[in-house]
Amino acid sequence: MDGIHDMGGMDGFGKVAPEPNEPPFHEPWEGRMLAMNRAVRGLGAWNIDVDRYGIESLPPRVYLTSSYYERWFLRTVRLLAERGLVGADEMEAGRALRPGKDMGRGAFAPADVERVMRRGSYGRPAQAPAQFKIGDRVRAKNIHPKSHTRLPRYVRGHVGVVERVQGCCVFPDAVVAGKGEDPQWLYTVRFDARELWGADADPTVKVSVEAFEPYLEHV
Amino acid sequence: MELRVRALEKILVEKGYVETAALDRIIESYETKVGPHIGARVIAKAWSDPSFRRSLLEDATKAVSTLAEVGRVGEHLVAVENTPQLHNMVVCTLCSCYPWDVLGLPPVWYKSFAYRSRVVKEPRAVLADFGVVLPASTEIRVWDSTAETRFLVVPMRPAGTDGWNETKLASLVTRDCMIGTGLPKNPGEVA
Repeated sequence: MDGIHDMGGMDGFGKVAPEPNEPPFHEPWEGRMLAMNRAVRGLGAWNIDVDRYGIESLPPRVYLTSSYYERWFLRTVRLLAERGLVGADEMEAGRALRPGKDMGRGAFAPADVERVMRRGSYGRPAQAPAQFKIGDRVRAKNIHPKSHTRLPRYVRGHVGVVERVQGCCVFPDAVVAGKGEDPQWLYTVRFDARELWGADADPTVKVSVEAFEPYLEHV
Repeated sequence: MELRVRALEKILVEKGYVETAALDRIIESYETKVGPHIGARVIAKAWSDPSFRRSLLEDATKAVSTLAEVGRVGEHLVAVENTPQLHNMVVCTLCSCYPWDVLGLPPVWYKSFAYRSRVVKEPRAVLADFGVVLPASTEIRVWDSTAETRFLVVPMRPAGTDGWNETKLASLVTRDCMIGTGLPKNPGEVA
C-alpha cells in the first residue's frame, strides 16, 4: 500500500538525532511490549510480514504521532483481536474474560525463547529459473498494490542494475495476501541517485533495494 | 502506555498464551547478550585475518557462524566493505530491519522518520548530523533493507593499529561504524 511508512525520500522530518549511550529500552514497558510480540509470533499466531503490515495499516495520523513501541502495541492488540486471540472487551476490562484459543503448542515458555532469538529462515527452493542476472538493467515496475509490498515508492518506475542475486525467498506480498509463501527470486538492484532524484542529485551516491522478481521488468 | 501494556501482558498470561518468565528471558537477552560487541568481534577478526575477511565478504552468515564466541546467526547476512573510494550505509526505509543478531536492537535514530526518509536522498547531510565528513569524491552507497537480507558494514581499519590484537581492535569498532553513520575510533581514544 502507498502508506505513510514508505518514507524514503520524504522531506521535513528534520535532522537525525543520535543519542549517546542509548539503552536497549527507554522504559520497562517497551521491553515487555517487544517480548510479548516476539512470544505471540513464536506461538505461530502470525509471521513477520503480517506484523509489518499491521504497522503499515495504522492510520497515518496515528503512525506519525506514536512512538515506535506504541505502534507495536497498537499493531499487536489489533492482530490479536482480528485473530480472535484477545477480544476488544478483554482489553477494555483489563483481564481475560474467556479461556485462550488453543494454539497447539501450549503457552510460550522460557524453553521457547532461544528459537525466537534467531532470525528466521526465508530462503526456499526455486519454483522457476531466475529471470534476471547480475549486470542486467531492470526497471522497478510502476505498481501500487493496495496490500503489503516491499517495493518502496521512491524506486518505482526507475531503472537500475542487478548487482546481486540473493536466492529464492518467501514473498511477503503473497504471505500477507493469504496466498502462502510463493517463493520468488530476490535481487539487489542498484540505482544511481540522479536516476531517482533528478539531475541535481549527488553524482557520487548510489542506492540499492532488495527487490523480488515480480517487482522488476526488463528494460 | 505502561498500564495498557501491563494489562495486555496480564491478559496474555491469564489466557495461557505466554509465561511471564519467557518474556523476562527475551528482555534479558536483549539487555545482556545481544549487542554491537558481537559485530565488533567480527570486524576485528576481519581486520586481522585476511582469509576470514574473504569468507565474510563471500558469505557473512557462514563466516560469522564459524566464530565460536558468536555462534549461529540468521541467514542472508551480507558484509559490505568500506574502501578509500567507497563508503557504505544501511537503512530500512519501510520499517526497522536491522542485523540485530550481530548488533542488538536498533537505536532510536535508526528507526526515526528523519533517518529513514533522508538517508536514501541526501546521505552526506545525514553523515553531517553524525559529525562525519567524507571526501567529496568518495562514492556513497546506501543499502535499503527491503527484504530479509541484513547488511553489516566493514569499516576501514584505522591507521596506527599495527600489531594490535583482536580484542584491542574490537574496542575501536562502534555500532555506528557498522551501520555506516560513523567511523571507527582513533587508536588514541582507547590506548
